[in-house]
Amino acid sequence: MTASQIIFYLISAFVLGTAVLAVTTQKIFRSAIWLLFSLVGVAAWYFWMQVEFVAAVQIIVYVGGVVVLIIFSIFLTQQSGSEMPKPPLKRILFSLLAVLFGFAFSYRIIYEYGFTPAIPAKPFTVPVSAIGEQMLDTRQYGFVLPFEVVSMLLLAAMIGCIVIAMKTVPKGKTVQKHIPPIGTNGSGKLITESKDLQVEEKTT
Amino acid sequence: MSSIPLTHILFVSTALFFIGMYGLFTRRNLITMLMSIELILNSVNINFVAFNKYLYPDKLNGVFFSLFIITVAAAEAAVAIAIIINLYRNHRSIDVEETQEMKY
Repeated sequence: MTASQIIFYLISAFVLGTAVLAVTTQKIFRSAIWLLFSLVGVAAWYFWMQVEFVAAVQIIVYVGGVVVLIIFSIFLTQQSGSEMPKPPLKRILFSLLAVLFGFAFSYRIIYEYGFTPAIPAKPFTVPVSAIGEQMLDTRQYGFVLPFEVVSMLLLAAMIGCIVIAMKTVPKGKTVQKHIPPIGTNGSGKLITESKDLQVEEKTT
Repeated sequence: MSSIPLTHILFVSTALFFIGMYGLFTRRNLITMLMSIELILNSVNINFVAFNKYLYPDKLNGVFFSLFIITVAAAEAAVAIAIIINLYRNHRSIDVEETQEMKY
């Protein structure tokens, strides 16, 4: 067993273990952190496969962008320390069964097919210059059209995010009414009730 | 380097895909479901790069596909989080069981 094989299996165990923890842990913030580790493991995998450019893009976009976005949305939407309710046992059981059968099915298909690799095996080198030239190539097998389409998609997604997440101010008011967060809902109500009581006491 | 057969990489990426599916089945929180979708997309990317490396080492198409998938996934995550935040602002909850209407 060579060092390359050992590294491959170590990375695989790391990615799968952190992915399992990310989908099973009950605290949502920990789940995001486990997802971060899993994505870093996938980037390590790309380094192992010697596609350094894809690994760099993975780290920049996923670890630097998507996970940070997820963590910020967790901070914006809920108490990160609180535990999520556990899914019912029936749902866990049946989804586990579905997943295991699906995995066994795919495993069998891949195992039977075998995938004979390209012969003679050429070294797989991905220089960044080759990626850039083919990405902006207008001839056959060039990727300039998907490149432009994806840039339009990103622009549309950016504008769409701003439009969706923008606070809509009602026409009559200039400032939206302040809504207290969930945790203080009960206490706020209590305060108003006690004020009412005091008012009632004064009147009596 | 090529001592690892292609099927082992495919097994591990299949396992990653089904871990993501398990999360998608069991979770009822929109943000954690989004995380599961990210795991699924990552397993697909690994498949593309592995096929390119082992079966067609003189081409670059798998690398391009995975790059475009990463881009589309980033856009999808951004739009999804904008929708989630808007939903939370209107419903005070991001549980899928409690979001029964698309109109606020």
